[in-house]
Amino acid sequence: MFDPKDLELLKNIVQHDLLRFIWETLVMTFLPTVIAFLIGLPLGILLVVGEEDGILPLPKAVMKVIHVIINLLRSLPFLILLLVVMPLSRAIVGTSVGTAAMIVPLSIAAFPFVARLVETSIREVDHGVVEAALSMGASPAQIIRKVLIPEAKPALIANFMVSMITIFGYGAMSGAVGGGGLGNMAIQYGYNRHRPLVMYAAAVLLILLVQIFQSIGNTVAKKSDRRLRS
Amino acid sequence: MIELRHLSKTFRSADAEIRALDDICLQILDGEIFGIIGLSGAGKSTLVRCINLLERPDSGQVLLDGRDLAAMSAGELRSARKSMSMIFQGFHLLMQRTALENVCFPLELAGVKKDAARRRAKELLELVELPDKAGAYPVQLSGGQKQRVAIARALASDPKVLLCDEATSALDPKTTRAILELLKKLNRELGVTVVIITHEMRVVEQICSRVAILDQGRVQETGPVSEVFSNPQSAAGRRLVLPEGEKIHILPANRLVRLVFNGASASEPIISTLAIEQGIKLNIISADTRSIGEKTFGNMVLGLPEDETEAARALLYLRDLNGLTAEEVTEYV
Repeated sequence: MFDPKDLELLKNIVQHDLLRFIWETLVMTFLPTVIAFLIGLPLGILLVVGEEDGILPLPKAVMKVIHVIINLLRSLPFLILLLVVMPLSRAIVGTSVGTAAMIVPLSIAAFPFVARLVETSIREVDHGVVEAALSMGASPAQIIRKVLIPEAKPALIANFMVSMITIFGYGAMSGAVGGGGLGNMAIQYGYNRHRPLVMYAAAVLLILLVQIFQSIGNTVAKKSDRRLRS
Repeated sequence: MIELRHLSKTFRSADAEIRALDDICLQILDGEIFGIIGLSGAGKSTLVRCINLLERPDSGQVLLDGRDLAAMSAGELRSARKSMSMIFQGFHLLMQRTALENVCFPLELAGVKKDAARRRAKELLELVELPDKAGAYPVQLSGGQKQRVAIARALASDPKVLLCDEATSALDPKTTRAILELLKKLNRELGVTVVIITHEMRVVEQICSRVAILDQGRVQETGPVSEVFSNPQSAAGRRLVLPEGEKIHILPANRLVRLVFNGASASEPIISTLAIEQGIKLNIISADTRSIGEKTFGNMVLGLPEDETEAARALLYLRDLNGLTAEEVTEYV
């Protein structure tokens, strides 16, 4: 069914490079997700509390700028963004190809997405609870730290997993333009060298990884949610 | 003392203006249980939210022990709010915290050390008679239990005032009574002033000493509960106190007399005395009386006999009785 050369190449990859590919994929997924959260979480919270009737109203102009930046970055297709920020990657990481270089575009692509997810989750915190905290004399910072984030925690964990899977997808895409990981394996070794077996193997691994992320995420999110205890 | 001076608040939307509060003046004294009653849409919730400035009035002043809340800085307002706790119809507990952690919340805000906070929280849960639910999450508690946790949380900052915004409206009658008894106990034992916003007369009856009737954003009348409920002076008060407030159009042909009970002995059988001693038969058209202590309060509308002299004698007899007033009316509300 497959060319014997297919099998040979796959064997070779499994023996020498597979662990590295998986490791690169994990790094390219996890690190940008964390960076995207470091930027996106405060931004998403700001989008809610900074509103006119929020607990920490910000000047309308500031809110407008945040919204515009997020929307612009969100509307740029990832592959284009990747090319556009290549000089930036080179400036920060010293190179524009490889796993490390991909961290920059992946983080930039993901933080606006994270900000929107976080915004939605924070908005879902019952306003009555916020009001109760206000009536107890809580400051805006205390409400963010002690009410909004803890009450939204299960949703935020779910957000983290969704972001991770999205970034995982982008990361695989980056294999086309010199990113590392399983995407690289599928595109460079499988597709470009006409070795479909290698491509399929990479695809199966990618699917497996997503399933693992997903089930870990679901379990953690559920476990952390005290509203579901019976 | 809480003093509200000429509070007004208007909500504006694109096509409508709602005057939620219209020149509200009220004084709530230290240590009393004050009721604010009104039908939905009367402006009660806006009013209570103005007391701790969750809602900013358009004009007027809220004075807490003589200090104007609206003139305070954000920090001063936060510390004033700590002396003025609030409980809500929807409880508004932190869902991701246990009962004990919920009670700890205001203590954390005040910077109390964790151990001390937990000790204090345990005491408070005992005070609200819920010591065994410390580790339970809100989702595991019944409505009454949630409100007890909310009350314990509200008390954690040692407030002088407890504002209750429809605090029992989501509870069944039995639980309502128990929560009201608890509020009464806290008022008695801790001396905390309680302000109760409600649409239910029985809530006011059960624990309030004074009441204000709110309608269309205005205070229609205020006074001791026994006076206001037995003989409401305002139209809004009558609508609230008298049954349904609807005019019934199947008026009998004869004359009507309205009796207002304000403290007549509950055991005196007026109607049967008239029938037996005077031989005068009266129709009871409507009645809404209630006993507070040994006394009767409320209203009764009687149909007088067609015979003019009998009617006159009945009127004479009724007007002579103590603890009630009788007036002839042409229709009744």
